Amino acid sequence: MSTMPARNPEYEPPSSSGGPGRSASIGKSVVIKGQLFAREDLFIDGEIEGSIELLEHRLTVGPNGKIAAGVKAREIVVLGTIHGNVEAADKIEIRKEAKLVGDIRTVRIVIEDGAFFKGSIDIVRPEAKPAPPPPRAAAAAPAASSAAAAPPSAAAAEGNR
Amino acid sequence: MLAPLGTRQVLDLGEFTQNNVTQIVNLGHRLTFEDLLGMADQMFGPGDPAIVQADGRLSERFLDATLQFPAESFDAILVWNVLEYLGRHLVEPVVERLRYILRPGGLMLVCFRADGREAQPIQQAFRIADSRTLAILPKGHRQPAHSLSTRAIERVFERFGSVKFFLSRDAVREVIVRK
Repeated sequence: MSTMPARNPEYEPPSSSGGPGRSASIGKSVVIKGQLFAREDLFIDGEIEGSIELLEHRLTVGPNGKIAAGVKAREIVVLGTIHGNVEAADKIEIRKEAKLVGDIRTVRIVIEDGAFFKGSIDIVRPEAKPAPPPPRAAAAAPAASSAAAAPPSAAAAEGNR
Repeated sequence: MLAPLGTRQVLDLGEFTQNNVTQIVNLGHRLTFEDLLGMADQMFGPGDPAIVQADGRLSERFLDATLQFPAESFDAILVWNVLEYLGRHLVEPVVERLRYILRPGGLMLVCFRADGREAQPIQQAFRIADSRTLAILPKGHRQPAHSLSTRAIERVFERFGSVKFFLSRDAVREVIVRK
């Protein structure tokens, strides 16, 4: 699914080798129709039609990216085009040359002059984080730390056992 | 005009800028953007608006694609200087559409250059600096479609309740129009 995205002097797409397999990219010749879910950061320079959800991660729409979809992510960076409603749990960055037609719902927004936008903006308050649990007894600490280091799916599966 | 009097629905027809978004949202208002000149540029292409916007078919498409909101959707509309860059044949239907989507008693801020005879007219960018200050910045040369006299501006908004003129130090006529 991955091809090399076009180089943009103002933006360097994330390197898939930069972390332990935590980012992916969709190149500019790729067209996808349907629902797209990811549990890692995603760089899209191709065309997507449908919906995109990266609830805990960052979505970057590259300069050649064309999205006709509803988008939900923790953080969204737009250099290309989005037609659809956009929801960022943390932040959305709209760079110059970006084109966004749809409604935005976000906690924070960063806008570069020169971007085109048509739609409404809803700035929401960040969700209150639950209070940290009280410190556990020393004997329980190793088990807790090993669960936290596991991938979310593994941690969830652990909790269901 | 945008004083913090509870949540208001504000429509901004100018450029999409961090300043304006931050200031309006911080006042507690809900903000909708429609970059009318950006849409005109996409629809008609660059060039002298009196020429490129003369195409009747494209003009109809432009009007069909813009300001498609339900009646009385907004408490305030920031028109800025957009009307100066739309062909005269577009101004009347656009203003009528603005009247339709503005609530009774709602306000519009419209700006016009005080002197429409400059050889190299400079387009101005409007940035809300704070709740009492509007920064007007030069943005480069751009040919307006026309220049309206005070009387002509009054005629454009004659179906509204009131029209008040203010001359700013930046040689801009700021017009507050109330429905």
